[in-house]
Amino acid sequence: MQTTQPPMRPARAAPTDDDIRDVIAAEKHRDGPLLPILHGLQARFDHIPDTALPLIAEALNLTRAEVHGVVSFYHDFRSAPAGRHVLKLCRAEACQSVGADATIQQVLAHFGLDAFGTTQDGRLTIEPVYCLGLCACGPAAMIDGKVLGRADAPRITAALEVQA
Amino acid sequence: MTHPLTIYVSLDSAAKALGADDIARALQDRAAARGIDIRLVRTGSRGMIWLEPLVEISRDGGPRIAHGPVTADQIDALLDGTAPNLGPTEDIPFLARQTRLTFARCGITDPLSMDDYIAHGGLTGLRRALEMTAAEIVEETKTSGLRGRGGAGFPTGIKWDTVRQAQADQKYIVCNADEGDSGTFADRMIMEGDPLSLIEGMAIAGLATHATKGFVYIRSEYPDAIAVMDRAIRIAREHGLLGHSLLGSSHAFDMEVRVGAGAYVCGEETSLLNSLEGKRGVVRAKPPLPALEGAFGKPTVVNNVLSLATIPVIFEKGAQHYADFGLGRSRGTMPIQIAGNVRHGGLFETAFGLPLGDLVNDIGGGTASGRPVKAVQVGGPLGAYFAPHQFDTPFGYEDFDQAGGLIGHAGITVFDDTADMGTLARFAMEFCAVESCGKCTPCRIGAVRGVETIDRIRAGDTAATDLLTDLCDTMTSGSLCALGGFTPYPVLSALRLFPQDFGATREAAE
Repeated sequence: MQTTQPPMRPARAAPTDDDIRDVIAAEKHRDGPLLPILHGLQARFDHIPDTALPLIAEALNLTRAEVHGVVSFYHDFRSAPAGRHVLKLCRAEACQSVGADATIQQVLAHFGLDAFGTTQDGRLTIEPVYCLGLCACGPAAMIDGKVLGRADAPRITAALEVQA
Repeated sequence: MTHPLTIYVSLDSAAKALGADDIARALQDRAAARGIDIRLVRTGSRGMIWLEPLVEISRDGGPRIAHGPVTADQIDALLDGTAPNLGPTEDIPFLARQTRLTFARCGITDPLSMDDYIAHGGLTGLRRALEMTAAEIVEETKTSGLRGRGGAGFPTGIKWDTVRQAQADQKYIVCNADEGDSGTFADRMIMEGDPLSLIEGMAIAGLATHATKGFVYIRSEYPDAIAVMDRAIRIAREHGLLGHSLLGSSHAFDMEVRVGAGAYVCGEETSLLNSLEGKRGVVRAKPPLPALEGAFGKPTVVNNVLSLATIPVIFEKGAQHYADFGLGRSRGTMPIQIAGNVRHGGLFETAFGLPLGDLVNDIGGGTASGRPVKAVQVGGPLGAYFAPHQFDTPFGYEDFDQAGGLIGHAGITVFDDTADMGTLARFAMEFCAVESCGKCTPCRIGAVRGVETIDRIRAGDTAATDLLTDLCDTMTSGSLCALGGFTPYPVLSALRLFPQDFGATREAAE
C-alpha cells in the first residue's frame, strides 16, 4: 500500500518477457487463471512488473485495463519489489486489545520509519495486515511468511536480527 | 501401535508462533544426542492457545500427559519425565467441558496421516453417503439442522437442495476459507489440524449436488494452512478420497486450493466467486443466487470451512445425533473462538446455548491483563460490542440477533477497561473504507464519511451523533453486502454502550 521503492536497493536484473511468459504458461490451464498467474509472478519477481500486464492481457484475451484493474484491487500485489525482509504487523481488533497500536509505533520508530513502508537501506518493509488468525496470542506478526505470536517490540526486533 | 515414548507437538500456526517448531526440533535433537528412542508426532492444536507450545507425552501407550507452555530449558526434563505437568490432557477443564464434533480429531491425530484419520472415524461419513441418493444426503443434512458457520447462518441442506435441483453440465463446491474476521481462527485450525475432514465434507457435498469440482479459497495471510491443505489434497488423491472414483465408487470429485490476495471483502461469497474467476473481488448483486449462477456462471455451493468440515461427523454419527445438541433453531455445536485480551484464549467447541459471560469469565478466565472486562466484540469486525450487563445472552443465532448483535463466525474478542471504544468505532469505519470493494455507494462513501463524523463527535460536536446514526441507517439498509451493511453494528453498539468514550454525553447518544 504505502510501500515506496527503496532507493539504496542494489539493482536486480529486470524480468524479461520470456521469464514472464513462462510463469503465465505454467498457470494458464486453470479455470480462472489470473490470480494464480499474478501470485506466480510475485513469487518469482517479488512484484508484478509493469511489462507483464500486456503479456497477461494477450494470453487471457483481456484488455490491459482489465488486468490493471485486478492487480490494483488486491493489497497483496506490489508494483515494485519490497525490502529484503517483509514484516507484517496485525492491526485488527484482537491484536489492538493487547496493545498492537503501541507495538506498531515502537517497531516503526526502532527502524526509523514514520509510517508503514520500507527502510532507507532497503533492508525491511513493514506492512499492516488485518488478521493472521493468531487472535488468542496477539499481538501477531509475520516475518517473511513466518508467524510470530505475543509479538511485542523486543521480540520482533530480536527475530529480525536473526534474519539479518 | 504403541511406542515407549510418543511425543505430540502441534504444527498449528498459533503453536508455531509461540515456538513449537523450535521445541519439536530440540526434542528430536536432544533425544538423538542422548540415544533416547522417541516417536514425535506433529498434530493440530488442542485449542488451548495459552498453553502453547504444548507438549504431550505418552509413555508405554499410557494417556497423553500435557506440559505447557514449554520452554527451551525443559527439554531434558521432558525426555526424563521429570518436567512439571498438567495431568492428562483430556482432563484439563477447558478441554473436558467441550463437546467436540467438528474438532473431534483436531489436536489428536497427525493431520496428514490417512491411517490416523480412518482410525478416528474418518471416511465413515463418506462411505455412508455413497450408499445414499443425492436427495437422501440433502435430507440428512437438513435434518441435522446445520446452518452456515460463516456467519449468515443459512441452512446448509436447503442451499444444497437448490444446487442439487439446478440443471447444468457442471456444478461446483466452493469452500470459503477467506477467514478474515479478527478474533476468528477456527477455519485455520481445522485446515491445519484436520484437513481431511474438510476434503471429506466437500466430497459429500459433491455427491449431494452432482458437483464434481471443488475449490478451497484460502486467504493469503494463512501460508501454513495453504501448505497443509495442498499436501492433504495430494494425500486424499493417493487414497481415493478424491479423483475419478471416490473410494472405488462411480462418483468423481476433485478439488484444488486457490489463494486470495489480501482483500477482506472476498470473504463475501459473490466477491469470492469473482476473485476465483480472476476478476476484481467486487460484490455481485443477488439474485441470481450463487446456488444457481455461481462460479463461472454454474450452480455452486459456497460453504464455510466449518460447515463443510462438520458434514463428515453428521454422516458418521447420524443427523439426529448432531441435532440433539443446541437450543431453538441453533442446532449442534459451535466452535467458539475466545480471543483478544483473555487469560485462557483458544477454541472451545460446545453446544449452542451457553451464556456469553460464561464463555468470557468462566471458560476464558477473564482478561489476560487481570483488569476488568470492558466489552467483548462477537462475530469479528462487523459484530456488535457487548458490555458485561449483557453477559446472560445465550450463544445462539436468534438470541444474539435479538440482543442487537450477531454470532458471525463465533469469534469473541475480549477488551479490558483500557480500551477506548471511540477509537474502536472509528477503526471499524476506517477498516470498512480501506476494504470496501467500491461497488455500492453507502459502503464506499459512507465509511469515509463515518470516520469523519466520528472524528467530529469526538471533537465535541454532539450534534454529529444524530448524523452518525442516520448514516449507519443508510449503510445498513443500502449496502449490497455485510461489509457496509454490518459495519454499523460495532459502531452503534460502541456508541450506545460507551457514549463517554466518544466525548459525548449520555443524553446526546440516546
